[in-house]
Amino acid sequence: MEKKQKRVVTELEYLGMSGWEKFCYKFISFFKKLPTVFLHFFTATIPALALRFWDAFSGIFKKLWIAMKNGDWKTRLSFLVMGFGQFTRGQVMRGVVYLVFEILFILFMALFGAGQLALFGGPGYTETTAGGWIVDPVTGQEKYVTAAVGDNSLLVLLYGILTMIFIVAFVYAWYSNVKAAYYAQEMKEAGQRLPSAMDDLHSFADTQYHKTLLAIPLLGLVIFTIFPIIFMVFVAFTNYDMQHMPPAHLFQWVGLANFKAVFGGSLSGGTQFGMVFGRILLWTVIWAVFATFTNYLLGMVVAIMINKKGIRLKKLWRTVLIMTVAVPQFVSLLLMSQMLGDYGIINSLMQNWGLTTAPIKFLSDGTIAKVTIILVNIWIGIPYTMLMVSGILMNIPADLYESARIDGAGAFRQYFKITLPYVLHVTTPYLISNFVGNLNNFGVIYLLTGGGPTMAIAGVDGAGETDLLITWLYKLIMDKKLYGVASVISILMFLITGIISLVTYNRSASVKNEEDFM
Amino acid sequence: MAKKFRSKKLVERGTNTVIYIILTAISIIWLIPFVFLILQSLRGEPGATTNYFFPKQWTIDNYVRLFKNQGVSASTGEIVSTGSYNFMNWYGRTLLISVCVTVIQTAIVLVTSYALSRLRFRMRKPLMNLMLILGMFPGFMAMTAMYFLLQLLGLTQNMSIVGLVLVYVGSSCMGYYICKGFFDTIPKSLDEAARIDGASRQMVFFKIILPLSKPIIIYTVLTAFMGPWGEYMFASLIANGDPSYWNVAVGLRDMIQREQLTAYSDSFQRFCAAAVVVSLPITILFFLLQRYYVEGVTGGSVKG
Repeated sequence: MEKKQKRVVTELEYLGMSGWEKFCYKFISFFKKLPTVFLHFFTATIPALALRFWDAFSGIFKKLWIAMKNGDWKTRLSFLVMGFGQFTRGQVMRGVVYLVFEILFILFMALFGAGQLALFGGPGYTETTAGGWIVDPVTGQEKYVTAAVGDNSLLVLLYGILTMIFIVAFVYAWYSNVKAAYYAQEMKEAGQRLPSAMDDLHSFADTQYHKTLLAIPLLGLVIFTIFPIIFMVFVAFTNYDMQHMPPAHLFQWVGLANFKAVFGGSLSGGTQFGMVFGRILLWTVIWAVFATFTNYLLGMVVAIMINKKGIRLKKLWRTVLIMTVAVPQFVSLLLMSQMLGDYGIINSLMQNWGLTTAPIKFLSDGTIAKVTIILVNIWIGIPYTMLMVSGILMNIPADLYESARIDGAGAFRQYFKITLPYVLHVTTPYLISNFVGNLNNFGVIYLLTGGGPTMAIAGVDGAGETDLLITWLYKLIMDKKLYGVASVISILMFLITGIISLVTYNRSASVKNEEDFM
Repeated sequence: MAKKFRSKKLVERGTNTVIYIILTAISIIWLIPFVFLILQSLRGEPGATTNYFFPKQWTIDNYVRLFKNQGVSASTGEIVSTGSYNFMNWYGRTLLISVCVTVIQTAIVLVTSYALSRLRFRMRKPLMNLMLILGMFPGFMAMTAMYFLLQLLGLTQNMSIVGLVLVYVGSSCMGYYICKGFFDTIPKSLDEAARIDGASRQMVFFKIILPLSKPIIIYTVLTAFMGPWGEYMFASLIANGDPSYWNVAVGLRDMIQREQLTAYSDSFQRFCAAAVVVSLPITILFFLLQRYYVEGVTGGSVKG
């Protein structure tokens, strides 16, 4: 094995390796290539993406320019009056839809959106008053503030983002309107029949069925995922915290102050955010690695034991283990947190039996709590792996084992040369998604220890020894209301998990394409 | 030769014995907490903890008090009404939310999976990549923004059932992986044959794909139904501290807050009773539909 690390392995040598050696080789070369992969990601993948994005972007303007240049007056008028081109060419329904959308948009912007955007980009917000004419402290101009809406910076932010999303939707509709108008013109010039309203409706059940199907799911995605993300990104640049809670006290734009606070600088109140952030990040990564691999390896061992030929009562063992999947997880976790408490049943029994004199601090000592959490997580997690691996084990062709046995391979050799490589090969994507899931595993930590015990760093209130980034965020928001800083941390988390999983995901996909198992 | 054969058999029997011992030990470890849960829910002695495993007095009073919305006062030991800390209310709310989420989420997941598996359109790949990346954003951060949005719409506190259903269902299209993986395995030739016979894509979806998808539909229903029962973060956020608007997860966690566990209080016993009441239907449902769940887990993880 060591030799292979040092020099390049030829294809022939690679084919000559056993399954286990192949796996080792892949494993080692995966980590050896990791820096290159990261480099590749930044130097090649991102520029390529940017280039493609630019191509698509300039393509839009090219198409618009062509429509402007070659279009007749009907098409050109569509630039201003949406739906005009369709309307005058007999596609009344399409025309009406476009036109109504434009009118709605103009009304919305004139009555509401434009004002919100002006406030949004404005230099600062005025505190809410009872209403009436007040002097803006920044611009010095008089302006009217109503009591109902006020100048609530939270609402301004919300409405501003919603308006921007609406504008993007409008621009897209406008672009597709121009494109469709020009397309209709070309069709007419070529002497072809334009699709009628009925054709359009039918196409939504057939050629354009994806639009019908995805409309509602994507609307949900925009409102409940994309909008909140944009919101949090903006909040990262404000001083939204306990002292600045709208509507009573407004928050303002503060530039990069929150980022500085997280990276080493101290926040007002002397809290060493950078240091705490580093410690929590370290534990988060350690936890994710342990939680993922202990569950995976032990779950596989249990699955192999249960599925071994000659072991009886397979169904019974499986059913018993599945209990932790079947019982709602929060029940199991809360129960465990009670049983393992300082005065919980386990400590009581052990003292009763004379095994210990003082309660073992399963959940109230930093180091022990970390071990306990990982152990409880094994209790929760093994059944999932066991179920999954059992299914895969049954899929391994029996003749592989048959021929291995004829060649004289024992149980261990069979395991290392057939079972393990096969299962690993098939479940790499699961491992990655499980790892990312564990980075953000709120339930186990919060319900077991609540992140506690508190860290022994002076001036750090709130952060606990077993806090993951996600539970720390929860505390920062629920207890401390430090929205600005919490946003910065979540952006950082997003970048970390995003890059790790994108890189590994692409990598594993390419491995899979390169050479399939067998 | 015969000797060798026999020793091999002995080794085999030895390993099997070891495996049996390990499996029995594991089973005991896995079951003890649940046995403890049931025993404690039937415990008659007052107080938060005992220093023995099996209760000395057996009773169903914990269940009775739970259903009658009563509890033993932590300070005086009298039976008092628990007021707005009403378990049956939490249970009803969670059940209603769960049913709504199940219906909507199943529809959304099926529809998204079909579109991404069977239909070919320009934005398909970018959309799948986008969902992959969006899935890595810490969900909790999205929740604060969503909270403000729901507050604007008036969907917190007494409208929180609607709000919670919207939130749980809102991004459910991102969980399409397993279902799409299943659709991918249905032969394309079926679609093509139907298309040649003049079926639209909609008809293919309803007449061909859906009837063949019973296992994955059951899997989706099962996971969608089980999801809201354990959701803690948003349910506590949206209730804004008012126990009338909690779900079971928030309520049960509150039951075993440290300050309530005194020598008189029965909140731990009631917690156990409540946990049994919550777990029983879900566990039974799960074991009935276990086969489909296992198929989903195996298929989905392998597909990736």
